[in-house]
Amino acid sequence: MSERNAAHELATRQVGAFLARRREQLAQRWADVPLFRTVFTLSRDEAVEASKAVVDALAAVASSGRPEDVAAAGFGAVRDQLGRMAASRARSGSSPARIAEEVAALRSPATELLLAEFSDPSEPQARESVLALTVLMGTLRLVVMETALNAGEDLIARQREQLLEVATPVIRLWDGVVAVPLIGTLDSARSQVVMESLLETIVAQRARYAILDITGVPTVDSLVAQHLMKTVAAAQLMGAECILSGIRPAIAQTIVHLGIDLGPVTTRAGLADALAYALGRLGIEVSPRTTAAVRR
Amino acid sequence: MSARLGLTTSFPIGSDADLAWARHQVRRAAAGLGFGLVEQTKLLTAASELARNTLVHGGGGRMELTVLDDGQARGLRLSCIDEGPGIRDIDLAMTDGYTTGGGLGLGLSGAKRLVQEFTLDSRPGQGTTVTVTQWLSALPVPRSGVL
Amino acid sequence: MTLRPAVSVPVLELGDVLLVTLREAPYDGAAEQLQDDLAHRIARRPVTGVVIDISAVEIVDSFLGRVLAEIAAGAHLMAARTVVTGMRPAVAITLVELGLILPGLRTALDVDSALALLGAASPARSPHPQEGVSCLPGSA
Repeated sequence: MSERNAAHELATRQVGAFLARRREQLAQRWADVPLFRTVFTLSRDEAVEASKAVVDALAAVASSGRPEDVAAAGFGAVRDQLGRMAASRARSGSSPARIAEEVAALRSPATELLLAEFSDPSEPQARESVLALTVLMGTLRLVVMETALNAGEDLIARQREQLLEVATPVIRLWDGVVAVPLIGTLDSARSQVVMESLLETIVAQRARYAILDITGVPTVDSLVAQHLMKTVAAAQLMGAECILSGIRPAIAQTIVHLGIDLGPVTTRAGLADALAYALGRLGIEVSPRTTAAVRR
Repeated sequence: MSARLGLTTSFPIGSDADLAWARHQVRRAAAGLGFGLVEQTKLLTAASELARNTLVHGGGGRMELTVLDDGQARGLRLSCIDEGPGIRDIDLAMTDGYTTGGGLGLGLSGAKRLVQEFTLDSRPGQGTTVTVTQWLSALPVPRSGVL
Repeated sequence: MTLRPAVSVPVLELGDVLLVTLREAPYDGAAEQLQDDLAHRIARRPVTGVVIDISAVEIVDSFLGRVLAEIAAGAHLMAARTVVTGMRPAVAITLVELGLILPGLRTALDVDSALALLGAASPARSPHPQEGVSCLPGSA
C-alpha cells in the first residue's frame, strides 16, 4: 500500500518536473484549445502567456505533492485568471457544463506530450504518470468551477443590490408629498428596500404624505402585504401618513383572503387620486385657471 | 472595532447605567461588523429588552457578546445570563402582552421578532440564559413566518 | 418640587406647551423621573400640549415606549395633548417589528409640525393629527 503511494507520489513529482520542462510546448498547444482561444481572441501571444501561467500553477501543485488538493497554494496565483476566463465564457453564453468540458479538453494535449517522454508508453511508470496528470487536471477543473461559481455569486449579489436600488425610486410630487411607484413583482427583499428608502425620504423631504402606488404590481403574497402594512405603520410613527394607491382587483382579493385588515390605511384608486387627497389635506386647492387668473 | 473574531466580551448587568453601557457596546460591535442602521437598531433594541429582563426578572447578571464567522457569513451573538429565579412557564413568558414586571409584555416575544435566531434556556431556581444571533448579509435577509 | 438627579431630562416651557428633548436613550430612572416631572408641571399650571422630540434617540425599546404612552395617557387625563416628534426611520421600523402599539400617541415629523398641530405656533399650517398609532399588521 505504502509502496503504491510512494510510486504515485514519485509519478506526481515527475509530472511536476515534466510540466516545468515542457512549459513552452504545452502552452503553445493549449493556446489553440477553445478555452484559451475563445477568451483571448485578439492576440495568440496573450493566450500563450495565460496558458503558461496555468502550466506553472499545475507544476507548482504537482511538485508540492498534493495534486488532489483544491486549496493548494499553487492554484492561488491563477485563481483570478481562471475566474476571469470562466466569467468571460459564461458571459458569451457557455453553460457551466460546457466550461467544465473545455477545461477537461486541456488534458489530452498534455497527455500526448507526457507519453512522448517515454520510449514505451505502456510501461508501468508511464501509466502511473498519466494517472497523476489526470488527477491533477481533475483538480484544476474543480478549481475553475469553484472559482466560476464564486465569481457568479458575487456578480449576482451585486447586480441584485443595484437592481433593488434602481427599481425603487422615491419621487417628490409636491412640497411635502412623496411617492414610490412600484412596478413589477415585489419580493420580501425589495419590499424592505422600499420601506427603508421611503422612510428616509420622508425625513429628508419633510414629507407629511407618502404615496405607495402599486398599480404596476401584478400580485402580492402575505409577506409583502405585511411589509406594506408595516411601512404604513412606521411612517405613521414618524408623523407622516401613507396612502396606498392602485390596488388591483386581484390584489384586493388576495388581501381579503389573507384576512389582512386595511382598515387604518388610507387607500385611493390611483396615484392621481392619492395626490389629490394629500394636496387637499395640505390645504392646497388645484382648480382650472379662471379668466382673471389668465389675464394676470 | 471593539469585538474581535471569536472573542467573547462580557459585562455586568446590574443597574441602569450598565444597560446603557451594554447598549453602547452592542452598537459599537454591530457597527464595526458592518450591519446597516436598521439592523443595528433592531439588534440594539433586542439587546436592551433582554438586558432589562436580566436586570428586572433575573436580579442582575451579565451580557456576553461574541463575533461569529462560519466561513459563509459573519454575525453577532448576544447572551444575557442570570442566576435568578428562572422562568416557570416559558410558553407563557413568550406570549405577547404577558408581563410580571409592569412593562408592555413585549420584552422576550418582541426581541425574538427582531433577530434571526433566538434561544431561551431556563429552569425554575436555576436562572435564565437568552441567546440571540444576527447574521450579516449584503442583502436584506428575507425571513420566514410572520415578521 | 421634585428632587431630580443630574441625569434628568430638561423640560422647556413654551407658552402653554411643554417641550422635552430626549438625548440618546435616557436611563430608565431618568425616563420615569420625566414622567413624574411632567405630571407635576401639568398639574401646576395650564398646559395644553406636551411635545417630546425624540429625533436624537437611537432606540426606543418597550420600556421607553411604555413611558411615552403613559406620559400621553397621563397628560390626556389633565386635558393636555402629547405629540412625539422626529422618530428616526430605523427606530420606527424596529418598533413596528417589535409589535409595539402606542395607542393614543400623536406623532409629527418635527417640532414645528408638532407645535402647528397643537395650534400653538404662528405658521398657518393646517394640522394633521396622526392619531391612534395602533398599527400592527393584522392586529388593528
